[in-house]
Amino acid sequence: MIRVQLPYHLQTLARVGREVELSVEAEPTIGSVLEALETAYPMLRGTVRDQVSGRRRDFIRFFACGQDWSLEAYETPLPEAVVAGREPFRIVGAMAGG
Amino acid sequence: MSKVRVLVGTHKGAFILTSDGKRQKWDISGPHFAGWDVYHMHGSPVNPDRLYASQTSGWFGQIIQRSDDGGQTWQPVGNQFGYEGDPGMHLFYDGSQRPWEFKRIWRLEPSPTEPDTVYAGAEDAALFRSTDGGQTWTELPGLREVKGHLWQPGAGGMCLHTILLDPADSNRIFVAISAAGAFRSEDGGQSWQPINQGLHSGGELPDPGAEVGHCVHNIAMHPSNPNVLFMQKHWDVMRSDDSGSSWREVSGNLPSDFGFPIAVHAHEPETIYVVPIKSDSEHYPPEGKLRVYRSRTGGNDWEPLTKGLPQSDCYVNILRSAMAVDTLDKCGIYFGTTGGQVYASADSGDNWSAIASNLPAVLSVEVQTLP
Repeated sequence: MIRVQLPYHLQTLARVGREVELSVEAEPTIGSVLEALETAYPMLRGTVRDQVSGRRRDFIRFFACGQDWSLEAYETPLPEAVVAGREPFRIVGAMAGG
Repeated sequence: MSKVRVLVGTHKGAFILTSDGKRQKWDISGPHFAGWDVYHMHGSPVNPDRLYASQTSGWFGQIIQRSDDGGQTWQPVGNQFGYEGDPGMHLFYDGSQRPWEFKRIWRLEPSPTEPDTVYAGAEDAALFRSTDGGQTWTELPGLREVKGHLWQPGAGGMCLHTILLDPADSNRIFVAISAAGAFRSEDGGQSWQPINQGLHSGGELPDPGAEVGHCVHNIAMHPSNPNVLFMQKHWDVMRSDDSGSSWREVSGNLPSDFGFPIAVHAHEPETIYVVPIKSDSEHYPPEGKLRVYRSRTGGNDWEPLTKGLPQSDCYVNILRSAMAVDTLDKCGIYFGTTGGQVYASADSGDNWSAIASNLPAVLSVEVQTLP
């Protein structure tokens, strides 16, 4: 299972806690994890990436294993520690609070 | 006894204020969708417990919420707002061309006859319709074909903020866009024509006869007389007696003809309300006095309504969607401020009191009169 951490406002929208676990059938990439997240929680469609263009929203960042994965292509495989569930894939609201 | 439900959208969530028909004691529930901008909430005239809310965020985009129990519980519904075809370009503030890009929903307008039909006004400006209770949305692209390349954003964005559905003719729809102007459809939204003849925007537009590009802030109608429209424009309060085909100014003796909302009394089609704001540069009431102005003659002759409203050191704004009326007798008038107050009058505006005082900045106010 892949662990995905969500920012506060998406936790309240999906009515889940900070972290959800997802079963990803395809090769675990950024894109396949996002697809699994949106399938499990359809109310999150459009909140992480634009529904029409598919682009990551401007104020969303992806972190994993202490690295910034935000600018990586969706096809990029996730690190083994995330695939094995030892580390979470973090979806983060950008630091723009003031 | 009748009840009143006031739907308040704010910069940090939604609040629902309820009272009995006396409108003296109010209960406040919320915040719903805490921390999100709620641009608008509106109830179905057919099923008043069916509510729609536009929940939006610069971080996480657009959510549409629906309630079927008067706002006690909510469910996210569809939020895919895709323009039909290539939406092309529109004017930007600096006169250059920019691509159309969906940002948020400013207005939700449920059908007066079909509970599952609801219209949504978008930024960048477009009109969407759902016929399945908000699950799926389809654009009515004929609107953008009316010289959309000459539309431009107002200070709040290029937003479709006003949708009026003619209760006497289900095929007739009016919309208003900042800064594009007012538009009318006679065929259920398939085709549109601009209805801006008589609007003057010499300070903002180089062409005094411009067919589109006008910064219309809000339009209101009385359901018994849908051929008469009242407009608060960027500057000027306007009136049309021919369904928008022509407009004339009725600013009369207002201390400022700049403002945002305009509303019509529920039982007197010629009694209208505005809240003058000093200017587009300052966005607060003239002289620091919060005054609603009422005309009982459909414009031109205005009287200030001040009892219960702050008459010194008041520098809040009242946004375009933040005034509404109930249908009780006497008619109730409600408006919200960027300072987080919601003021109400239970006697057509003669006396006012704050029914909420410390909310986040108010973006919208709608009122439901319930049996």
